[in-house]
Amino acid sequence: MITESLTSGPINPATFLGQGVWMPPQASTYAGSVDGLWNLIFWYSTFFTVLIMALVILFVVLYRKRPGHKEQKTASHSLPLELFWTIPPSLFLVVFFFWGLNTYLDMNTPPEDSYQIHVTAMKWNWNFTYPNGVITDELHVPVDTPVTLTMESSDVIHSLFIPAFRAKMDVVPGRFQKMWFEATKTGEYHLFCTEYCGTEHSSMTTLCVVHTDEDFEAWMEVAKDPYHDAEGEPIPMRDVGELFYNRFGCAQCHSLDGSVLQGPSFQGLWGKEERMTDGATMTVDENYVLQSIWEPNAHVVEGYQAVMPTFKGKMSQKDVTAMIEFMKTIE
Amino acid sequence: MATTTAVGLDTSTRNYITESKGIKSWLLTVDHKRIAIMYLISVLSAFLIGGIAAVLIRTELAEPGMQLMTSDQYNQVFTLHGAVMVFMFIIPGIPAVFGNFALPIMIGAKDVAFPKINLLSWYFWLAGTLFAIASLLINSADTGWTFYTPYSTETETAVSTILFGAFLLGFSSIFTGLNFIVTIHKLRAPGMTWYQLPLFCWSLYATSVIQILATPVLGITLLLVMVERFMGVGIFNPALGGDPVLFQHFFWFYSHPAVYIMILPGMGVASEVISIFSRKHIFGYKFIAWSSVAIAILGFFVWGHHMFVSGQSKMAGLVFSAITFSVAIPSAIKVFNWISTMYKGNIHLEAPMLYGLAFIFLFTIGGLTGLFLSTLATDVHLHDTYFIVAHFHYVMVGSMMMAFFAAMHHWWPKMFGVMYNKKLAMWAWGLVFFGFNLTFFPQFIMGAKGMPRRYADYIDEFANYHRLSTAGSYILTVGIAMMAVYFYRSLKNGKRTSHNPWGGGSLEWRTSSPPPHFNFDEEPTPLDPYNFDDLVYSEEDEGYVGHRLAHESELH
Repeated sequence: MITESLTSGPINPATFLGQGVWMPPQASTYAGSVDGLWNLIFWYSTFFTVLIMALVILFVVLYRKRPGHKEQKTASHSLPLELFWTIPPSLFLVVFFFWGLNTYLDMNTPPEDSYQIHVTAMKWNWNFTYPNGVITDELHVPVDTPVTLTMESSDVIHSLFIPAFRAKMDVVPGRFQKMWFEATKTGEYHLFCTEYCGTEHSSMTTLCVVHTDEDFEAWMEVAKDPYHDAEGEPIPMRDVGELFYNRFGCAQCHSLDGSVLQGPSFQGLWGKEERMTDGATMTVDENYVLQSIWEPNAHVVEGYQAVMPTFKGKMSQKDVTAMIEFMKTIE
Repeated sequence: MATTTAVGLDTSTRNYITESKGIKSWLLTVDHKRIAIMYLISVLSAFLIGGIAAVLIRTELAEPGMQLMTSDQYNQVFTLHGAVMVFMFIIPGIPAVFGNFALPIMIGAKDVAFPKINLLSWYFWLAGTLFAIASLLINSADTGWTFYTPYSTETETAVSTILFGAFLLGFSSIFTGLNFIVTIHKLRAPGMTWYQLPLFCWSLYATSVIQILATPVLGITLLLVMVERFMGVGIFNPALGGDPVLFQHFFWFYSHPAVYIMILPGMGVASEVISIFSRKHIFGYKFIAWSSVAIAILGFFVWGHHMFVSGQSKMAGLVFSAITFSVAIPSAIKVFNWISTMYKGNIHLEAPMLYGLAFIFLFTIGGLTGLFLSTLATDVHLHDTYFIVAHFHYVMVGSMMMAFFAAMHHWWPKMFGVMYNKKLAMWAWGLVFFGFNLTFFPQFIMGAKGMPRRYADYIDEFANYHRLSTAGSYILTVGIAMMAVYFYRSLKNGKRTSHNPWGGGSLEWRTSSPPPHFNFDEEPTPLDPYNFDDLVYSEEDEGYVGHRLAHESELH
């Protein structure tokens, strides 16, 4: 599948220069209402911008200083004129307000029967937990079904933004935040973090994949068991480890090519002796990796900061075994 | 009489610049005009630092991927850009420089009400700035100028240092505001009524009210973040039992009104230059004056519009959205009154007027795009995207910076008694205006399409918008560099000007250029500042003369 482009959508001639040129493609139930309101405000603003610029330019041309031209005395105030340019334009603002409020209330009221997904935001990746306990790093949802996200953050404030859905909500530590949407078109859509959260803020992006109902179920069957493929055949542990490497966002901090990010690169890491910040020297073996994933800040390699979140409860000992098999192959 | 051969800064006659000599006579001065010059040099230095950071940001963003710096460095540079520009340039910019210089003369006073506090204000600015620079040298903060918790309480960069700097800068701002309010109340020339005040003074009055009421809240909030960082007291960090959204309420309670601290003085400058260079009485004086006050008051009740997606209650969203729309009304009133002022005028397209017109254009776009953001449903989509970045740059940079340049070109001959190269000024204006729009207009489009702000790297499809924006920022830089050159050169070889080169009607145009130490040799009688009927241009003087200038012979 190809991710839907945000910048090239079909241009609707009726809204040329309106939402057709400005907004990304629409893919949720409330996107249409947001864009309709956008269009109204856009044309209102365009009207006044053009009017004001035209008047300024016209006056500059007509009344510019030149030989023989003199200023003329005109009234220096006029209450009717002040009321004329204050009251009618303000009436439009009332329309913007109520339309905006109406759609906002809709966007903030999740339907009761919606499909529930739990979101954990952390520096700098997303975890999506489905009702059956499956965890992914990409958001997969069925089309034409309301989906409610209940979101928590394990560190600082993040914000989940899917432009094609016109949906956004901050993910604030210490509380649950809810948002909902109903996707109307299958496809892959960009999902961004829009609250500044530090070093890799701009890589805290993933995809929202919208499936048909059948595709969603088929996808879920595979996702449920990372150790077996769609035919039920076992997958090599090393490949499962690679899947986890991407799913749990390890790639954000641990490179495979030796480049130094927030944490040590996995390249050549297996079996290496590492000096810790507390002065101890440790060998990267099975127990070391297990502790690093479950209690990451018990020992921190010298030169790095204690910033890794724990994956205890998210990765079983078997999952860690798969990860170890993967690490062994990165030389 | 002004002679055509004399050029450069006049060092022979007595004025506030030649009154006393030596660095000490400047550093210990209590003369509002000298303090204004010290502020001018200071805020322009801050503008240079913030501007270099801006060019670094735009250069990094010219292409997707990281070329110039790491993402950590990028985060430090955009934080530096925002914090320096907001706290050290935009907020003090017009009030502390041009307000300090012109306001006491405009109301016929010898100085501000508390000259020593005025000097203290400058030292607080300096101390605050030194702390901010210290943060830069230790380990530059990476929180963004908004210092959102809990990020700001956890990051290991030197946040406390820059927070303390901003805390000190707050005092500088409060002192200026306090001084202006008391000065306007108590030191107006005998017989001068409130409605004889130039509109620049009204706008500074409204600004000052915000400065003294809102700034303490910011100061306390920043101190609380420091308390949390140093002592682990849980106020904003949920890990310690605090509430991070509480910080946002506190922060925007100051920082939204602060937007009006930035824009109101600019509106005051626009009112002056548009009237003077149209040779017309300002239209709707009372509406413009009271709309400044209205903006200042309403501005205190809209802070929650920064938090429509923070999870605050729907009721709070409703209230803040509704009140935000009400700010649009006094802003629109001003724009229509300025345009009406130009009607049937005699428009002199001198540099201050060009910047004044640029102000109207950019403020119109900045203001109208605010409607998308005060509307709840559209704000959800646009919040924290480049649309916001473009919107506030049109208001805070486009409008405020244009007004700052308008003020600089307008009062430069008064401040130094010399004229800059007008031809170069036109060219620089063209580059600045075009460069600004090329930088920021594409940001509206990419923001609407979903490009998030504060991204060190971005998906390839936004690259063309970023390339345009970066190209624009270079053109803008060339324009500003040109301006720096001709202003500097004018001090060496600029033509000497008369006391009233533009034909202004307010009192500062009735004293010599540069003004004497106590502003007037003889107490002035206040008149309507927007009545230009009696002023006629004299070729011989290269300036305006009229019956108001009966003491002309004594001025020279």
